[in-house]
Amino acid sequence: MENLNLHDAAPRPLSSMQNQMPPGPPPVPQLPPQMFTTAAQLLDLTDKKLMVSLRDGRKLIGVLRSWDQFGNLVLQSTVERLFVQHLYADIERGLFLVRGENVLLLGEIDLDKDDYVPEPYELAPVERVFALKKAEDAERGRVEKRRQRTLAGYGFEGEHAGEAIL
Amino acid sequence: MLFFSFFKTLVNHEVTVELKNDISIRGTLKSVDQYLNIKLDDITVVDELKYPHLSSVKNVFIRGSVVRYVHLPAAAVDTPLLEDATRREASQASAKAKQG
Repeated sequence: MENLNLHDAAPRPLSSMQNQMPPGPPPVPQLPPQMFTTAAQLLDLTDKKLMVSLRDGRKLIGVLRSWDQFGNLVLQSTVERLFVQHLYADIERGLFLVRGENVLLLGEIDLDKDDYVPEPYELAPVERVFALKKAEDAERGRVEKRRQRTLAGYGFEGEHAGEAIL
Repeated sequence: MLFFSFFKTLVNHEVTVELKNDISIRGTLKSVDQYLNIKLDDITVVDELKYPHLSSVKNVFIRGSVVRYVHLPAAAVDTPLLEDATRREASQASAKAKQG
């Protein structure tokens, strides 16, 4: 896909269509359309180590092995990384099939900076981070619920009501 | 389709994408597709320390449905052309509606 450029001509629009339309501005040079599909974008990420951020706030790190046009993903050798306060921990998860709608973002990990976690975050035992995370999520849930209730009292409906985006 | 075509003209420009979870990611727009999924290269994250999971990431694929705003370089946008294209698309759509 990377080898395509402006010199690979984009297909011309049908001339019969052109006659019906009012004369428009001069055509802007277009890159080949096959570069602009979901498949082309994900193809470059296949077999790479990715950080996948999910709608429920989870961060998965694994190797992308397969995908489809909906963004459904298969991840191999996945670990889930928990961040809480200034601590983090990894949990081995294995093979994942993620339904596309739950994906926020896929990040290709720079292998030169692999597993780099900036200061002041430090590695801690899973049990400790997990317990802290659970408490933090519960607290966040309470705050969010109260906020939604107050807003609803004023007739507002949340931007993503009923859907946790973290 | 208009905005899909519009974003295609912005390929290789620096943009900032703000997500619905308040993360702002700045990077070079590499690709966009029909759902307005966006691919950015050489990213920097605004307020990076708050989002440590992105610190070892160099390029991202962002699902279109989670984008709140895309901040564009004003110089790269031909506003009159865009206005014109919008009107053309609207008139085509209304012509089609009359036919059908």
